[in-house]
Amino acid sequence: MARMVLRRLASALVVMWGAASLIFVVIRLAPGGPALVLLGPDASREEVDALTTRLGLDRSLPEQYLHYLLDVARLDFGDSYRLDMPAMEAVLSRLPASLELAATAAVIAVCAGLVLGLVAGYRRGGIVDRVTSALTIGLQAFPTFWVGIMLILVFALVLRLLPSSGAGTPQHIILPAVTLSLPFTAIVARLTRSSVVEEMEEPYAATARAKGLNDRQVLLGHVLRNSLTPVLTVVALQLGALIGGAVVVENVFAWPGLGSLIVSAVSNRDYAVVQAAALTIAGIIVLLNLLADLATARLDPRIRVGAG
Amino acid sequence: MSEQIGVMTRLRAARKHGAALWIPLGIVAAYVVVAAVGPLVIGYDHVATAVADRLLSPGSTTSDGGTAWLGTDGLGRDVASQIVYGARTSLIIATVAVTISALVGMTVGALAGLVGGWVDVVLSRIVDVLLTFPGVLLAIVVAGLFARGLPTVILSLSITAWTPFARVARNVTLSIKEREWVSAARLMGVRRPALLVRHVLPFVVPPMVAMATLEFALVVLAEAGLSFLGIGLPSGTPSWGQTVANGKEYLATAWWISAFPGIALFVLVVSVGLLGDQLSARLGRNRRSPL
Repeated sequence: MARMVLRRLASALVVMWGAASLIFVVIRLAPGGPALVLLGPDASREEVDALTTRLGLDRSLPEQYLHYLLDVARLDFGDSYRLDMPAMEAVLSRLPASLELAATAAVIAVCAGLVLGLVAGYRRGGIVDRVTSALTIGLQAFPTFWVGIMLILVFALVLRLLPSSGAGTPQHIILPAVTLSLPFTAIVARLTRSSVVEEMEEPYAATARAKGLNDRQVLLGHVLRNSLTPVLTVVALQLGALIGGAVVVENVFAWPGLGSLIVSAVSNRDYAVVQAAALTIAGIIVLLNLLADLATARLDPRIRVGAG
Repeated sequence: MSEQIGVMTRLRAARKHGAALWIPLGIVAAYVVVAAVGPLVIGYDHVATAVADRLLSPGSTTSDGGTAWLGTDGLGRDVASQIVYGARTSLIIATVAVTISALVGMTVGALAGLVGGWVDVVLSRIVDVLLTFPGVLLAIVVAGLFARGLPTVILSLSITAWTPFARVARNVTLSIKEREWVSAARLMGVRRPALLVRHVLPFVVPPMVAMATLEFALVVLAEAGLSFLGIGLPSGTPSWGQTVANGKEYLATAWWISAFPGIALFVLVVSVGLLGDQLSARLGRNRRSPL
């Protein structure tokens, strides 16, 4: 087990290094040159030259790359010219709000998805199953930003039940979190359903039934636990999509998180913040994937031993 | 030898399952026709404003006597026309982006599978790194930092869209590589490029087609997202995302501006998705699954 953990850890570090390199390349390729871009469009010639030397941009590319990697390792991404603070600080100040939103959405999605999937799988072909199937296709086809806007229309403007933007009270998180959770709910529901259907056919389920347990006890006592493994894997993998979707949702609801920070940073060419934010998100995803990997291994002994 | 049956034959063979394939196909075809013919028939200028016609509700008559079937927006522009022109934007961008992604992905994946060794390891690592970033995020970064325009949007969408193609191509190639006829060809001295083109690619292409329709739907949604955020195409070009964004500030009084483009998006994406499902089922190899 320890060896597997080390291997996954090493793999994660390689991926992070790759991600940092990718960002390095993208920024170097962007028009305007990094110094101009870090300082903003109104910088004077002398300021640009001074920063160029200070950033070591007049040194060779390999040297720059090395310094960049060292800076990233120290979490030093430079200063945001717009916000007048270190980029990493700006990112960290907005991170909790995004995590709150993503976590709430994930919880909603997993709960709703599990329940829907369990019922749909349990009563295969029944009305819940068919409605869930249709919903699954539908929920993933709606553009997230449009769903958010329509929810604002219905709940905030017509029914006046919930606030339409901003943050602060518990009511503020409801609409954004629900909007964000919908496509994910569909995925979880569909996966749970097929998992349940498969597991109900397994020999152990027949044994449990032969022991005298009724279907519902079989479902909740045995099948549920085994169905969770693929769901967990998917949850971890989809968390990336969730964070990506959060970028758009935050913009719709003016939610003060990382997503809205990135979009404004990108539109204003605030490269320091873009760098910091992109790598922070990548780091979170790599970490979550790693944790999910290890958690799955814990839940499913077959993976630990290497079989199956 | 069923793998050697061509794409068209397999599609035709399934005609008895009528509706499931032909309805989505018909809807998508309708979109294509509207997108292609519409702009030729409607004379619509996205940059022109008609202040007298601002925020008319669906069905109202405009100042020049015409009917705004889906209403007008805050600058007096006809929403229905924006939807038609937006269809053209979305379809063109998605088609080009998916084609590029499919070609690049197929080549990279087949090469990785065929050559193996460190080439495979390096290419797989690159795919892993790209997958670490949520697709939308990379698209936003690239689209926002580079100069706005068609090539930038297509580039930003293609950057992550090629990875599923590479993955499937690699898997198919790996399973084909050890087949008798490929080994025989290799022993006969057929060189790698010819091996790739004549023996591997014919098996890689069908799953690519199925995957392409699904990626198409995702790219349409992603492009709309970029336009919504204001980092897609320049605002002089109509696009659905942009229309929805424009409608946000008038949501309380003129809901139709944001509502209709979203519906158009939804119907297109669902149809393309259903079409992709049908193609997947008929052309083998599962579409990209979460696992």
